Amino acid sequence: MKNQIDLQRFEIRFSGLGGQGIITLGRVMGAGLALGHGYNVTQTQSYGPEARGGSSRCDLVISTERISFPKAENLDLLVALSQEACNTYYPYLKQGGVLVLESDLVAQPPTNHYLALPFTRMAKDKIGVPQAMNTIVLGALSRLLPFARQTVMRKSMEEALPAKIRAVNVKAFNLGFREARKHFGETPAAWEAMAAEAEKLEKKAKPAAQKKK
Amino acid sequence: MPRRKKHKEIFAQGNEAVVEGALMAGCSFYGGYPITPSSEIMEIMANRLPLTEDGVFIQLEDEIASMGAVIGASLAGRKAMTATSGPGFSLKQENLGYACMAEAPLVLVNVMRGGPSTGLPTSPAQGDVQQARWGTHGDHPIIVLSASDVQECLEMSITAFNMAEKYRTPVILLIDEITAHTREKIKIPHPNEYEVVSRIVPSMPPEWYKPFEETVRGVAPMPPLGSGYRFHVTGLTHDVNGFPTSRPDEVVDLMERLHRKIDQFFYDIQLYEELQTDDAEVVVIAYGSVARSAEYAVLQAREAGVKAGLLKLKTLFPYPRRATEKILGQAGRLVVPEMNMGQMSREVKRVACGRASIRTINRIDGQIIAPSEILKVIMQG
Amino acid sequence: MTITGNEIIHQYLRHNKKFPHVLCAGCGHGIVLGTLIRSVHQLGLPKDDVVIVAGIGCSGRLAVYVDFNTIHTTHGRALTFATGVKMANPKLKVICIMGDGDALSIGGNHMIHAARRNIGVTALVLNNNIYGMTGGQSSPATPMGSVSMTAPFGQLEKNFDTVALASGAGANYVARGTVFHVRKLEKLMVKAIERPGFNMLEIITPCHTQFGRKNKYKTPVDMYKWIKSNAVDIERFNEIDEGKRGEKFPIGTFVERDLSGLEERYYKLKAEMRKARGEK
Repeated sequence: MKNQIDLQRFEIRFSGLGGQGIITLGRVMGAGLALGHGYNVTQTQSYGPEARGGSSRCDLVISTERISFPKAENLDLLVALSQEACNTYYPYLKQGGVLVLESDLVAQPPTNHYLALPFTRMAKDKIGVPQAMNTIVLGALSRLLPFARQTVMRKSMEEALPAKIRAVNVKAFNLGFREARKHFGETPAAWEAMAAEAEKLEKKAKPAAQKKK
Repeated sequence: MPRRKKHKEIFAQGNEAVVEGALMAGCSFYGGYPITPSSEIMEIMANRLPLTEDGVFIQLEDEIASMGAVIGASLAGRKAMTATSGPGFSLKQENLGYACMAEAPLVLVNVMRGGPSTGLPTSPAQGDVQQARWGTHGDHPIIVLSASDVQECLEMSITAFNMAEKYRTPVILLIDEITAHTREKIKIPHPNEYEVVSRIVPSMPPEWYKPFEETVRGVAPMPPLGSGYRFHVTGLTHDVNGFPTSRPDEVVDLMERLHRKIDQFFYDIQLYEELQTDDAEVVVIAYGSVARSAEYAVLQAREAGVKAGLLKLKTLFPYPRRATEKILGQAGRLVVPEMNMGQMSREVKRVACGRASIRTINRIDGQIIAPSEILKVIMQG
Repeated sequence: MTITGNEIIHQYLRHNKKFPHVLCAGCGHGIVLGTLIRSVHQLGLPKDDVVIVAGIGCSGRLAVYVDFNTIHTTHGRALTFATGVKMANPKLKVICIMGDGDALSIGGNHMIHAARRNIGVTALVLNNNIYGMTGGQSSPATPMGSVSMTAPFGQLEKNFDTVALASGAGANYVARGTVFHVRKLEKLMVKAIERPGFNMLEIITPCHTQFGRKNKYKTPVDMYKWIKSNAVDIERFNEIDEGKRGEKFPIGTFVERDLSGLEERYYKLKAEMRKARGEK
């Protein structure tokens, strides 16, 4: 049974500062989409010599077909977790592409079309672990992206993390998912067709799943 | 027929895939020195090798020492490897030549970063191609392989070990920072799906054994140290017993055999892939991560009605001359994109001898060549 | 005297190797090679288990004459090859033969790290104070004030104290002998070969051709006389007032530690980890 919707080079860029866990975020999301959902995914990265601070960037290309060129150059989704990253990469966002911001760290959004949450503050105040910020983003994106299924993404994340920090990250993931449902609103216009297809698949999958039980 | 077991899939980096391939090929010794962007290979080996049955991992004081240790392990019978980048590759050259001369099988992975010197440590490049061929001094034969995606990293890592063992020679696997750090879903092949070659050990009595004897293949059997076949190994020009010689007849015997053992098996060694070359009028010749951009560009050109094709080189040296000749018979135009000032295009031009118009695309700014850049040149006609 | 072919040395030299050897008349390297053969014989080591790893230079050429597993490596790198061999097969007895330029100059870094990680290798450093094979240029062991092809007006640099270097870097066993004191050298060498961990034995050996002639030693015999009168047992050397030591230098055993070699530690850790995971 084909349980994925048709994707032709869906490109995501995570960007921000070194130390924000951007590459881990991309890796976990990539693994979830590749192994959990069965898509072809390439995850590439670019980083400076600094382990903390400096700039960090991680790209995902997701496709039903074989991916030849592995880098993202025409973004469907840009996640900017710093002002500088937002300034640098906003021009690569395609027409109708979606911009997700860290609302505290990006003080000057380049457009009024964006979705934002104070991810860092949420991690500090509600989870108590600032490092869990990237997992909150992952949770939020699992809600936002029509082709990502929450359960699969969460499971993939749990598999990627050591047991010690699993529980706190599940909490962070769920928080991100909930907050996105509350604040991100309807599916972005450009992704409506995708969302419809995903919904159809979901309906088809459900009776099958019930039968198994 | 029983149903085929499903492949295990992992979401891995090129560097991880190199390790997977090496372990599948029987690698049981890693000696290294950390350097970006190859360090993951060493780190994963440090985690994996001590847990395998006979695996040995050691971190050395520098790249020179790691190359020496790998040769020592190879002589002791191990399938051994090391990995490095940039300046580390330069340091490995001294003992690489020794391995050529002493015919010690080993695999040297070079994850290419921007150069020269310390250059661009975290950015990709393909600037070490001619160094891989000619980096160590003297007229030596060598096999240089490359990989363009993560699955290929695994496959070429196995191939590198197989060729090293088969031809008693060091094999260089060149990948670049993009391939090394790109994560993709790869399939782990079942053990019966890939070949594992091991060096031939002597079966004759020790007193009959000549470690550097001329054979039909040009490759003599090789016993591990301590197995009763006591012989001399040297970087000096040597006779069939391994003893130093400067007698012209013995020198020429050795040198010719060293080259012949690689050259005569070009059909086994020269690996490449073709994409839509059958009717192509313009063919892109590319390798490494740039081959992926080229593939994208070729497919786009086809959509636009241009008869474009791709020759992807998996073996860089000995240069796949046959494959290039075939292309030259039909395509009037060649495009050679690479992340250097034109290192592989020299080989293409050498083979082409003016029989085709050759356009090069060169980037040295630490950025991958985008498909659009290649497409533009294809469409220029 | 008739040569019967039954002497110890004839059991160990390679019959198919093209002799004569490369060494000059008066060179001490042959004495080292003889001592090595007698030491291995005394320890009863099977030839198949002995691996001689040599560097480049006159000392590097010794490997080719003996019927062991022999590896003539690149300049300064003998210890790196030896480290690989020992880690790959700890059952082998790995003995490195290096010169002073080999072990202290181009291979100095490998020397200190081999000592630090205490790899189970025996390092014989044949110190003749000069680069002999290349024609008499200064080495890190060329004494200050002496003349060489690259220090025609006198060496300005201080020479290395090989013993202090190896001790400081953490070698298990550090000793110095000379080719004049052959019996003593044999005792030191037997120890250096049989002990675990990294064992460094410096051997003072004369090079008349490249060093002696330029430095007021008229004949090779003068050089042996110099060694005879200046090499002093460590115990006696310590009793001499520092001001009165002059050119005298100590010989004997300087360090004897009993730490296990890196290969022992590695294979032990490996076995423990595999056991913990339920593997053999």
